[in-house]
Amino acid sequence: MSKQTLIVIGNGMVGHHFLEQFVQSPAADSFQILVFGEEKQLAYDRVHLSEYFAGSSHSDLAMGTVDWYETNDIDLHLNEQVTAIDRYNQVVSTPKGVYQYDQLILATGSYPFVPPIAGNDHDGCFVYRTLDDLDAIRSSANNAKTGVVVGGGLLGLEAANALKSLGLQASVVEFAPRLMPVQLDDQGGALLRYKIEELGVQVHTEKATTAIVPGTDARLRMNFSDDSHLETDLIVFSAGIRPQDTLARDCGLEIGERGGIVINNQCTTSDPKIHAIGECALWNNRIFGLVAPGYTMARTLAAALNNDNEAAFTGADMSTKLKLLGVDVGSIGDAHGQTAGARNIRFHDEQTGHYRRMVVSSDGKKLLGAILVGDNSHYDTLLQYALNGLDLPGNPEVLILPETEGGAPTLGADALPDTASICSCHNVTKGDICGAIDAGCTDLGGVKAETKASTGCGGCTALLKKVVDSELEKRGVEVCTDLCEHFPYTRQELFHLVKVNGIRTFRSLLNQYGKGQGCDICKPTVGSILASCWNDHILATDHVPLQDTNDTFMANMQKNGTYSIVPRIPGGEITPDKLIVLGEVAKEYNLYTKITGGQRVDLFGATLSELPEIWEKLISAGFETGHAYGKSLRTVKSCVGSTWCRYGVQDSVGMAILLESRYKGLRAPHKVKMGVSGCTRECAEAQSKDFGVIATEKGWNLYVCGNGGMRPRHADLFATDLSDEALIQAIDRIVMFYVRTADRLQRTSVWLENLEGGLEYLKQVVLEDSLGIGAELEQHMAEIVDTYQCEWKTAVEDPEKRKRFREFVNAPERKDPVQQWTSERGQRRPVLELASL
Amino acid sequence: MKAQTRWDVVCTVEDLVPDSGIAVWTKAGPVAVFYLPHRLPALFAVSHTDPFSGSNVLARGITGDVGGEPVVASPLYKQHFSLRSGLCLEDDGVRLKTYPVLLDGDRILLELPVSAGLAEFQAA
Ligand code: SRM
Ligand SMILES: Cc1cc2nc3c(=O)[nH]c(=O)nc-3n(C[C@H](O)[C@H](O)[C@H](O)COP(=O)(O)OP(=O)(O)OC[C@H]3O[C@@H](n4cnc5c(N)ncnc54)[C@H](O)[C@@H]3O)c2cc1C
Ligand code: SF4
Ligand code: FES
Repeated sequence: MSKQTLIVIGNGMVGHHFLEQFVQSPAADSFQILVFGEEKQLAYDRVHLSEYFAGSSHSDLAMGTVDWYETNDIDLHLNEQVTAIDRYNQVVSTPKGVYQYDQLILATGSYPFVPPIAGNDHDGCFVYRTLDDLDAIRSSANNAKTGVVVGGGLLGLEAANALKSLGLQASVVEFAPRLMPVQLDDQGGALLRYKIEELGVQVHTEKATTAIVPGTDARLRMNFSDDSHLETDLIVFSAGIRPQDTLARDCGLEIGERGGIVINNQCTTSDPKIHAIGECALWNNRIFGLVAPGYTMARTLAAALNNDNEAAFTGADMSTKLKLLGVDVGSIGDAHGQTAGARNIRFHDEQTGHYRRMVVSSDGKKLLGAILVGDNSHYDTLLQYALNGLDLPGNPEVLILPETEGGAPTLGADALPDTASICSCHNVTKGDICGAIDAGCTDLGGVKAETKASTGCGGCTALLKKVVDSELEKRGVEVCTDLCEHFPYTRQELFHLVKVNGIRTFRSLLNQYGKGQGCDICKPTVGSILASCWNDHILATDHVPLQDTNDTFMANMQKNGTYSIVPRIPGGEITPDKLIVLGEVAKEYNLYTKITGGQRVDLFGATLSELPEIWEKLISAGFETGHAYGKSLRTVKSCVGSTWCRYGVQDSVGMAILLESRYKGLRAPHKVKMGVSGCTRECAEAQSKDFGVIATEKGWNLYVCGNGGMRPRHADLFATDLSDEALIQAIDRIVMFYVRTADRLQRTSVWLENLEGGLEYLKQVVLEDSLGIGAELEQHMAEIVDTYQCEWKTAVEDPEKRKRFREFVNAPERKDPVQQWTSERGQRRPVLELASL
Repeated sequence: MKAQTRWDVVCTVEDLVPDSGIAVWTKAGPVAVFYLPHRLPALFAVSHTDPFSGSNVLARGITGDVGGEPVVASPLYKQHFSLRSGLCLEDDGVRLKTYPVLLDGDRILLELPVSAGLAEFQAA
């Protein structure tokens, strides 16, 4: 039987999701698939579009790869807009040709609505929907100072944030009396407005723009109906979306009154050969402007095309949880309390800027909807109550009141019924998760791979983990703590084996205690343990293959395969001569130069073969490696201290340099950062470091186990008024105890939180020597300090080690063909997009 | 029709790093050659280009085995690729080009397509 032809118009999020579902299904074998996309890029994650301004490229956002389309035999036509559908002859046409179909799917999404305002087509006017839109905005923003977003809805506020991130003074103009009129009520909208204005984004509500004309102080001027006006350099329209239904309209398919291609429960249009999914489709007189309902339509249609009679799209939940300009906003179900008899419970704290509203049924038993502004931590629980129709507790207000001693009853994963939806992007219920666990998944990763839960927008990650953990626990599954398939031990156990048995190479550890050949988990872990124990050079022949690339080449690899160079600048103190050398070297090798968040200078874009040459020059000028690539001591940040500062009570720079020189080079389970402030004003932000030292009149206060990064944690006060010697002794012991007992890639913050007995126990071990290992820990540290070598110095002096830095061993002159450069703000930076197409 | 191929010398044993990879330049573009002395066969050659980033870095990944299959982990985003088939373990739609590789005395040879110019490599 010859194959039928299936054509998909639109290569957006929903179109792509449909293909992913469909190609795995039995019916895929009977179809030749053609896809037309108007945009020049392969389907990408529009939900995270704004990350494009934060540095993500198309390939980071892409939902698949050209290879995937090829492997699945899908004929992909990008940059080719379908211009007409001829239903009689069953063909679609594009500027490049005419194509016959047996089944046709419209996944054309929507387009931004631009209000019919005179002058809305000025050069400085944009919309916010595609990568091309963002490119246009970015280039216009280059020489602009101000930007206005027309529309204060969800997308408008996101666009405002984007303008802000481009360095513009941003404002929002909204026609309605409040922000996010669809999702929020007056109180919530007002609070959101207050918070956003605090962040420097001006909000103008109840403004109707009548005309856009050239401005006097800025490029454009917006005139409003109340005779006021606003000048701005660029304008982004974000006044709602309209379904992209032109093709359907032109070929006579049934269209809704206010637009949208009418579909039935199987996502089929008024023509049985034509289907529509995603934002272009109108179901039950509703358009769904979110990705999850579109995905559900895609799955429904894939099932229907496989003759699954039960497949049906029956509507979708439109609850949303967002962070807009850094402000949490959540809106669930009937947020405005439109259900007859609905009653409200509100909590509003003006001090913290938290607003929460619950809409409950007339009998007070069910949650119908909710609004959250300022703090979304209650969202997951409320959503579960609303979606699953769970009975509210007798005192429902506890669900939105701030936590008190004893705490509000959190909705345990146990309490959820099997039908509870956990991941709405991939339509995974608690029942599906239990099913996956019963079928053999024993960890979060396995459940994710099996069910796809939490691989969409990611909003359900925390809930998923809770459910998986509780289900595993219920089944008495002991969560496997083996490092990986090669070693049935934890990192801590391996550390003991290495130390006690005096094992010096990965091979011998593997032969005695492991199996197989090792992998990218156990090799670097063992590499780090060996380094902590014996401190050999990390490029010693036995250790080379163990290291992550950053350690192997003693530099951080960048996305285009080049490396960065971060020389140590202890305590942030540097002589003008050394600064000049950095400048000269950067200039000679055309390296992008940036001051880091750790008080030093990062030089980016060196090729592999340039690394040793550059380091040779830096070393001869007195620099040494900064270990920016290692799981080791990074920087000891310092303030200026008593030598210059009128408030300083101790020499913080001196102490920072002392600490940095002592602990540099030490290999640890994860990186370690320190900070020293010269007085209580804390300019070095020491309390956010693994080890924070703050000067007092009498000595030093030591804070431990702070963290910035993904999950910030304030450091805990460990001891007060320490002398220099006592300070070093305490740090020596804590660091070494951490090195011996922490898990792989566990920062001190998480280590402390998992340490049985916590801070008190750590104090006993370190200050009272309750385990009697104090001297041993210090001794171990002393050995490490004594055997310090600058790894880069050793490497550049050894011809054998240098050989490792040849880009192509057989073509020394050959440059890596991938590295292409452009310039930005006067410096070179990589061109990255070429990889994706 | 099978494309014509030829065996080319790309480097010597001296250039190899045990349990790790090195990159060579060939007429088919950059190729990563891995030497895993503790298993047989011990030599593997796959494309040096990481399909997820487009960067030429795979020779700099960590080698090992996953369920017995010899693999290299991309140093950028850590996907694993089988050294035998080139298949990506995390995404079976992605496969690296692989090349037959031989040890002849102390020379390493790769079997490369005769006509493969850079253009074909880039399109792949
Ligand atoms: C260069 C720098 C950004 C900058 O331009 O300022 C930077 C760059 C990177 N950081 Fe960072 N971090 C830099 C300061 C920080 C800081 C600020 C600080 O130290 O005061 C933090 C938060 C503080 C903290 O660590 O607690 C920080 C938290 C992270 C994290 C998250 C760690 C966490 O516990 O959550 C990572 C990811 C990781 O390590 O796993 C990370 C990872 C990275 C990596 C290594 C990502 C990678 O693997 O490629 C980046 C390498 C860039 C390169 O190629 O050189 N970077 N990073 C900063 C270098 C400081 C230095 O001189 O060494
Ligand atoms: C900035 C932004 C933030 C967002 N944030 C969220 C969020 O947090 N949560 C959420 O759920 N949703 C969010 N959304 C909405 C989400 O992106 C959409 O719901 C989703 O993309 C809809 O998918 P789709 O496939 O229907 O449409 P699209 O992704 O728009 O894809 C349609 C594609 O069809 C193409 N096309 C149209 N006509 C033709 C033609 N004639 N021929 C060929 N191709 C054609 C278009 O060019 C487009 O590429 C956001 C959207 C934006 C713009
Ligand atoms: S890792 Fe650090 S430097 Fe890299 S993008 Fe994230 S925050 Fe910036
Ligand atoms: S809800 Fe979006 S990934 Fe699960």
